[in-house]
Amino acid sequence: MTDTPADRLARATPQPVAKRIRGLSDRAIAWIFVAPTIFLLLSVNIFPLIWTIRLSFTNFAANKPNAEVKWVGLRNYERILTDADTWANMQTTAHFLIWTIIFQVLIGFTLAWLINRKFKGNDLVTTLIVIPMMLSPAVVGNFWTFLYQPQIGLVNYAVEFLTGIPADSFSMLGPGGWARWAIVIVDTWMWTPFVMLICLAGLRSIPDYIYEAAEVDRASKWRQFWTITLPMALPFLMLAVLFRGIENFRMFDLVVLLTGGGPGDETLLASIDLKREAFEKWRTGYSSAYAIVLFVTVFGLASIYVKALNKVKER
Amino acid sequence: MGLGTMMAHADDKELTLCWAAWDPANALVELSKDFEASSGIKMKFEFVPWPNFADRMLNELNSGGKLCDLMIGDSQWIGGAAENGWYVKLNDFFDKEGITMDAFVPATVTGYSEWPKNTPNYWSLPAFGDVVGWTYRKDWFERPEIQTAFKEKYGRDLTPPATFDELKQVAEFFQGREIDGKTVYGASIYTERGSEGITMGVMDVLYSYGFKYDNPDKPYEMEGFVNSEGAVKGLEFYKALYDCCVAPGTSNTYMGEGIDAYKSGQVALQMNFAFTWPGFEADPNVGGGKTGYLVNPAGPGGEKFAQLGGQGISVVANTDNMDGALAYIKWFAQKDVQDKWWSKGGFSCLRAVVEDPNFAKSQPYAQTFLDSMAIVKDFWAEPSYATLLQASQKRFHDYVVAGNGTAKEALDGLISDWTETFEDEGKL
Repeated sequence: MTDTPADRLARATPQPVAKRIRGLSDRAIAWIFVAPTIFLLLSVNIFPLIWTIRLSFTNFAANKPNAEVKWVGLRNYERILTDADTWANMQTTAHFLIWTIIFQVLIGFTLAWLINRKFKGNDLVTTLIVIPMMLSPAVVGNFWTFLYQPQIGLVNYAVEFLTGIPADSFSMLGPGGWARWAIVIVDTWMWTPFVMLICLAGLRSIPDYIYEAAEVDRASKWRQFWTITLPMALPFLMLAVLFRGIENFRMFDLVVLLTGGGPGDETLLASIDLKREAFEKWRTGYSSAYAIVLFVTVFGLASIYVKALNKVKER
Repeated sequence: MGLGTMMAHADDKELTLCWAAWDPANALVELSKDFEASSGIKMKFEFVPWPNFADRMLNELNSGGKLCDLMIGDSQWIGGAAENGWYVKLNDFFDKEGITMDAFVPATVTGYSEWPKNTPNYWSLPAFGDVVGWTYRKDWFERPEIQTAFKEKYGRDLTPPATFDELKQVAEFFQGREIDGKTVYGASIYTERGSEGITMGVMDVLYSYGFKYDNPDKPYEMEGFVNSEGAVKGLEFYKALYDCCVAPGTSNTYMGEGIDAYKSGQVALQMNFAFTWPGFEADPNVGGGKTGYLVNPAGPGGEKFAQLGGQGISVVANTDNMDGALAYIKWFAQKDVQDKWWSKGGFSCLRAVVEDPNFAKSQPYAQTFLDSMAIVKDFWAEPSYATLLQASQKRFHDYVVAGNGTAKEALDGLISDWTETFEDEGKL
């Protein structure tokens, strides 16, 4: 009998694993491998979510394990949705979210576009730019607290130097309406490099021959940017917006370190408020409902956004 | 059960004591070496910085963790700790060992040990007496040119302020003044938003202006007491003091920032808990007679109260070494141990120590500490204290620092928040 290539391939292919393990099919072995992951997913993600939904309809307080737990129906949700403070905190979160994304996308994309042009020291500049995102939020928070200090901080000194306004006459983190912008600046400083890196990946994925063809067609640099660079980098840009949006919706540490949510409630993001409700006030039922409201909000917005992202990718 | 028996049970065991990470905790580590030597029990310590202390330790207690055998928890926790079964009730133990609460400063017994308040149910042994008071730059006050300038401006001698009005005058006088070539400011006061800072500061003033938590004859009736005319004026005073006389950028300051501001010579007056005072005496910049200590000044009606700080030491109900933990408490309650505690910087609550004729002269701040402990009031020690505290943090910071609304609106809002909490608790 002739030894065909198909025969040789068949001999070289290992016997199905199941044949070597008595009584187990391939499907069973697949389940053995997948089961721990599924179990982990169910126990760490799905079960807590279901449990949180259940708690959100009760008056449970985690610091009173012996107290009677009462079913309160939709009261927690009603309180949250009719509470002016909750809406104010959501607005603060939206302010933070929108402005950080705008600044980070504009600056991040610009930096990526500049760095994508080959020049000497390109790698060094890229490394220097990404340093802020490598730092811990605790370090960044303390670092910027000093920078914003009215008497010794560099920021107030720079403002005095540039405008003549006395350095100790205003406080970026204190009253006066600057605190919200102060945290937007810090977050932008810290996370713009992240957006830049994603955009850079997008820009470097555009084949050179497209630009060469555009050059042959005598397209201007401006036209090349609008018709080639931006459309082809857009999915990456939108991905960066998605990542930053989700991250900033749950921003916590940086703001706690910089302002503690103050002055008053001026920088009290929904995530900080939720933590206070859950682990300082110990209103577990209420905070569970709060968490569900936030989850639905971010899940809803992200779903709409991902649909838009997919449409852009399909073009 | 005698101490000897307990020692036998506790042989070869360890005890973990949980507290905040601060100077007194370091003093307790030193002090506890005597306990280790006499009992053979090894002491371990778990100290958490103040801003995270309540979060970390209340989570530990609430989750039934076994980290701590002994807990020096904040005074406000007592209600929750008692009702939730976190602490061991110590009455029987005290009775057996002959420890009487009459031996301790009454305010500390009420503040740190009793729940319900003013009943003989004890959940801790008073461990560290603390109270909000003031320090001032005595060396600056004594300078002739400063005294002259003050007298020219206010027509009276520059003396340590006895009333809040005088305190504000002094703070205004020093605000922006140049001393030794450096611009200094009037006062450091509590403004912290996140944990309990601004509440401790504001309350320290409000009490002396007539604020009461509720109707003494009808518990939890707050209308007319929390937002009384006096309370409104007190809150307005605190805001005025913040607006006129603090250093720039101090919109989120508590104990640590106050210590830094004072030690660095930035402010003439400083509001802070008494635990900071030994550190000032030891500091080269403000120690050695440069600092004076003040009991909280009087309000407009002459009433004088101060915000209670400090803690009691409790046995955690979940401990695996109950005998060892009780042995530590018995050891700690002894007169000679308490004497040593005071000498190391711990503020003893034992009357035999603080009423000793030599006590008042033992440290420059000893008399002020004694006088302050006689006028203390404490925040709600209810099981829901944390919810009540967060409400006051928000209302006070919003008005005093952010400048939103009026004092009356802030206090009316506080009643609304507190009422909702007590309704949820079933107390209203």
